[in-house]
Formats: sequence, C-alpha cells, structure tokens
Amino acid sequence: MPYQPIKFYQVGSFAAGNRLLPEDLRSVQSGGDRANTLTCGHRACQGCGEALGARYALDAVTRATKGKLIAVNATGCLEVFSTPFPETSWQIAWLHSLFGNAPAVASGVAAAMKAMGRPDIRVVAQGGDGGTVDIGMACLSGMFERDDDVLYICYDNQAYMNTGVQRSGATPPAARTATTPAVGPEPGNAFGQGKNVPLIAMAHEIPYVATATVADLRDLEYKATRAMDFHGARYLHVLVPCPLGWGSPPADTVKVARLATESGLFPVFEAEAGQVTGATPIRHQVPVQDYLRLQARYAHLFRPEERTDVIARIQASADRNITRFGLLDDQDQQTSRPERVRLAPAPHDYSAGER
Amino acid sequence: MLRQIEGSRAVAEAVAMCRPQVICAYPITPQTHIVEALGTLVKKGELNAAFMNVESEFAAMSAVIGASAAGARAYTATASQGLLYMSEAVYNAAGLGLPVVMTVANRAIGAPINIWNDHSDAMSQRDAGWIQLYAETNQEAADLHVQAFRIAEELSNPVMVCMDGFLLTHASERVDLPGQEQVDGFLPPYEPRQVLDPNDPVSIGAMVGPEAFTEVRFLAAERMRQALDLIPAVAASFAREFGRPSGGLVRPYRVEDAELIVVALGSVLGTIQDAVDELRADGIRAGALGITTFRPFPAEAVREALGGVHRLRRLVVVERALAPGSGGIVTADLRAALATTDGRPPHPGDTIISTVIAGLGGRAVTRKALRAMLTSAAQGDLPPFSFLDLRRDLVESELARMRAARRSGPSAENMLRDLSATAPGALD
Repeated sequence: MPYQPIKFYQVGSFAAGNRLLPEDLRSVQSGGDRANTLTCGHRACQGCGEALGARYALDAVTRATKGKLIAVNATGCLEVFSTPFPETSWQIAWLHSLFGNAPAVASGVAAAMKAMGRPDIRVVAQGGDGGTVDIGMACLSGMFERDDDVLYICYDNQAYMNTGVQRSGATPPAARTATTPAVGPEPGNAFGQGKNVPLIAMAHEIPYVATATVADLRDLEYKATRAMDFHGARYLHVLVPCPLGWGSPPADTVKVARLATESGLFPVFEAEAGQVTGATPIRHQVPVQDYLRLQARYAHLFRPEERTDVIARIQASADRNITRFGLLDDQDQQTSRPERVRLAPAPHDYSAGER
Repeated sequence: MLRQIEGSRAVAEAVAMCRPQVICAYPITPQTHIVEALGTLVKKGELNAAFMNVESEFAAMSAVIGASAAGARAYTATASQGLLYMSEAVYNAAGLGLPVVMTVANRAIGAPINIWNDHSDAMSQRDAGWIQLYAETNQEAADLHVQAFRIAEELSNPVMVCMDGFLLTHASERVDLPGQEQVDGFLPPYEPRQVLDPNDPVSIGAMVGPEAFTEVRFLAAERMRQALDLIPAVAASFAREFGRPSGGLVRPYRVEDAELIVVALGSVLGTIQDAVDELRADGIRAGALGITTFRPFPAEAVREALGGVHRLRRLVVVERALAPGSGGIVTADLRAALATTDGRPPHPGDTIISTVIAGLGGRAVTRKALRAMLTSAAQGDLPPFSFLDLRRDLVESELARMRAARRSGPSAENMLRDLSATAPGALD
C-alpha cells in the first residue's frame, strides 16, 4: 500500500495532530506535567475564551519558569470567576489588588524579588481589555517605560464583560454592547480611532510584544514561553471571544477567534524592541461577514437589511491590517512588510510536513 | 546623634535605617525632599533597596502593595492630591492587611489649588483602615517612622505617619537621629503573615461575598483595637531604647487642674502649649491635649487624659481640616469618646465643646490669635463653631456679589482681586 503522508492542516485545526508530534514538540497542555495553574471548578461561562487563554498562557509560563512564578490579576471576569471565596482555582501564588493597577502591583512584586535577591522568581500580570486598554493604561505604560521585569497578558474580549457587556476602548466599531445599543440610524459602537495596545506597547520599544488568539493555542503557548526568554517589560495581547458578550455559540469560541484572524481583523504577530519580527499568515482568507455573522453583537449589520456601508468600513480595516502586517502570502511585497521569521517551533512549520 | 537637619531629611534617614526593600516615589509638594533623599541614598549604595520612580501616586501605592505582598518591607510618601489619587489603593492596602508605611506631608486639597499645610488630605483617609500617627515635631516625625514599621508589621496593618507640610517637612531644627544598630535592635526583620511564595502558593485578594465580608471587616476593627494596646507599648519600648518619649496615643499638657483644654493634632501643639502657658499666667486654668494617634481613635486615653469629664468646663478643638456641612472631624470623634462612658451621657451640659477651624491652606496659627480665641472661650464667648483669623470682610463682599448678580464669577479669584485691591500700596 502506498504511503500516505499526513497533512496536519487537513483537520482544519492546529490543535489536532498533537499526538502525532515528537514528544519535545508537543503542546504544554498535552504534557502530563502541565501545571493546571487555573484548575477545574472555576465559574467561567461555557465556552469562555478568557479561561481557555489564561490556562494555556499561564501553564506555558509556569513551565518556562519551572514554577517560579507569581501572578498578579486585575479585577474582572478572570479574577471573579476564579476566586469566589473560599474557593480558588489558582494553583500558583496569585494576588489581586484593584482594577486599574495590575501592572504597577506586578512591578512592585518584581522590585521586591530583585531587592530580596530572588530575580529567578518571575512575575506575570494579567487583565481583561478594560483593565488594560482603559483604566490600567497609565500603570501599563509606566511599567513598559521603566522596563520592569513583568510579562503583562491582556485577555481581550472587547468589552466590559464582568459588569454586563459595556463598551471599552477595545470594543470594535459597530459592535453592540449595553452602552452602545443596536438602535438608531448608526447602531452599535461608533467608528473611533481605536486603541491598539500592542502597537502602543511596541512604541515603548519593550523587548517583546506579541498577539495571539485562542484559535491557535500552540502559537499562544509558544508566545507565552518565548516571552519568558526576555527580561524587562513584555506584552502579550490575546483575543478571547466571549460567548455571552459577543452573542456567539459557546461551541464556536475557537471558530470565531479563527475567523477574526483569517479575516484580517485581528493580526497575529510578534515584535522585538519595537520591530515586527513575524506575523502569522492568513491561510484561507474570509470576508469579514463570515466573522461578523456568527455574532449577535453584529446582528444589526445583517437585519433587517445588510448594512453594506458599515461592513465595507470594517472590511477596510481588515484590509489595512493585511497590508500593514503582510498577512497574505500572495500579496505584493510592501517595503514595510516584515519578514516572516519563526523564532521557535510553531505548528505552521509542520503543517505541510511529511512523516 | 544630634544634628541640625531638615525635617524631610531626618525622616528619610530614619526610614533608611528601617531598611525598606522597596521604595516608591512620585513627586508632590511638600513630600519631595523625603523621596529625593531616599533616592540619593539608594543611588549611592548606602541603602540597599529598589527605588521605583512611578508614574502616579496610584501606581506608587499599588507597587508597594505588590512589594509588601511579595514579602518586602515597603515604603512610600505622598501628600494632598496625591493621597486622594491613590485613595483606592490606600483602602486596598489596608483591606489586604499589608504593613506598608507611608509618610503624608500634610497639605490642603484643592480646589482652589493650594500647596500649603492643613490636615484635609490625611483626614479624608481616616476611615481607610490605616493607623494614623501625627507628628508634633521633626524629632517625633523621625521617631514615629521607626515605630511605624514595627507597629505595622506586628499587626499586619498599614501605618500613615502624618507630618505637617512645610512647617515640619521644610523646617530645619535639631533632631537626634538614632544609630543603625539601635534601629536594628528595635525593629526585627519583616516576617510577613501572608506572602506570595511559588513554593507555597496562596491566593491573596480573592473575591469575598456576604458570607464572610463582615468577618473580614471585623478583623480590621480588631486590628485597630489591638493597635490601641500596641502603640503605647511600642512607644514605651522606644522610650527605653532611645531615651526619649515619642509617639503613643495622646499627649496631655498641663491638664491636671485645667478647666479649659485645647485639643489638636500635629505641629500646632507647640504654639498651643505656648498659648496655654500665657493663659496660665493670666490666671486661666488652661491645658492642651495632643492626639498623636488619630486612627484608631484613642477614646479611652482621651477620657483618662481629660480626667473625668464632669470636672471640665470647656474643650476647644483646633481643627486643621473642615468637614463642610458637618463641622470638625476631630470634634465628632471627641464627642463620641466623651459620650461613651458606661453607655450613658456624662453629665450633659457640664462640658462645652467648641470647634475652631484653623490654619487651613497654610494660614499661620499664631500664638496671639490662639490666646485671644482661648481667652474668649474662657469667658464663655466662643461660639460652638468658628474659624480662626477669618477675613470676614473678604467673605462678606463676595457674598454681597453673589446676591447682586447671578453670574458673579469664580469666588476664589474674586476674593484674590479684592485682596490685591486693598493691599497696601496697590496701584488701583
């Protein structure tokens, strides 16, 4: 019988095929020694992207630091669903202080470790988009500017989900939230200028900035791990769909995240010292409608009639991302187009491989 | 060692001898000299600590929260708007039970913006769960910091050392600074009650619902109750080790047979004691009661110091902060303290309590004004609530303007214009 090579992307998911990889290339989650930093029993909603992202990211960081890790958490869904007293799902040293101060608290922890002669103990801070792009922005920028030895992870679900889905500075245009309702002639969130925190982080020229989504968990693990190769301020921005706030089926969390990247609306890239060093190419480009249609927060763009004008503006922003980060292989080379450098093993490298 | 030294410098050196491991600094007048001096000590390598220049007071308090939870001895200093800006984190540090020590270089709160001394800033945080100590002199300011770390760490509760901005922070006077060995002997290394340790991971700052929140708050009250015993014990221990009295709960001055007692906090007590001496010379049996520990409020010590309320005729509370719509902040606590003997009011009507708002925004509290005010109090002419040295002409003309026209304009600026117009030598 002729040998049939396996193409991992045949299954349409990078997560599959893990068992087929050599052991040293397998995911952190597939390991028997995974840390279960955010262990079972927490109270996140079904299909919560943030819980998924946090678990993968922190397990990877825990492995990278050999367990010498302290985590600081901003107020928000992640904090609330993981620690209603007296239960806690955290199996690591974990501190929650306030909504807007997680970066500064983490800086203080890092300073204490330095002062006490324990620089081997690393610090990660985490928060949602509200705690990061809005109320925590000043502390975050200060932490970046001082280059404090902290990895900050933003789990971006694009609104204040913990308080009941209100608009944040990360809420995309046209999206319906409780404070940008789908009523009137221009329903949903207004088209603003946006607040692109990964690019703001890069403007600080900190050692490492990356974006990731829960659609590509191997990539998320890689970036969380890669971030710990650096000292100083690092920033990881993870898109985490929220079934409750986005109005998407809980079973579609990963699918929605993938469509966000495949449409170009959420570019996945990494950068060192302010320079983009690599971007994940779009494999099967989809129009933004495919992404928007799955989510009730955009329902008003399709009913009673399709708002082609609004959708065109959203598509234009996706196209800008595609050009800016060179997300399409067949696109004309731009002078500013970053090289696609893969610094460590990632699923794409084996996707077309043969065994 | 006796030195002629600026108050801020004395405090910085006392703090340095407490060996803080993390110091956070965000500049605000009149706190700056303290953190500048500490930063220099760290930069020169004379103090082994992490010195963080942060982007706001909110970040300063947040970073010391992180440092303290990670097991480090942590310190910061602020004043005025800065204290308000960090207020959320101030409450948080107390709620988490972290033994942070913070200097507040007391300054007024705007608007109108004002950089000079009063107690509005610290008073605004009186219910934050922090122990509040008020320094009378620069010597005491320095000494209180050494005591503050010990009190904070023994109780696992933050301590705020309040010292009057400019009047103390920028005044050079003789201070006996302790030696490093003395401080090391007095202040044991920080042994945290809770700590972020990867080898023994705990969650700190978890969400607490109705099932236990009251109990957590009860423990905050309990720590304050314990502080009422601990603070005098630490002060006594300090007096033994260092050979001088500093700190404690209250400081009575010539109260034994007094019929008129002035109650106050901070550096104004020196002037008040001078005024008391003058009144005594005039034949008025006056005394003074300094409140060194304002939080927890030392109700029992106050009652003891006043020696039985029934004998006393008049209490005058000199307040360096105003509670608009209520009056005096210290007065309210004092009244409550005097009303809580065995659960029944102590001889109502025997003691007349007057509130005098004084020294706001840096207005000097002079011995002359105090003496005149206290003399009228002794004669029964002091109203229950008044302002010391109020420029009534300024207020009256502004009130008249407001009655005359709807758009009378900004009051502060109107009164400043009046002042310049009536100033000697004004051109127009």
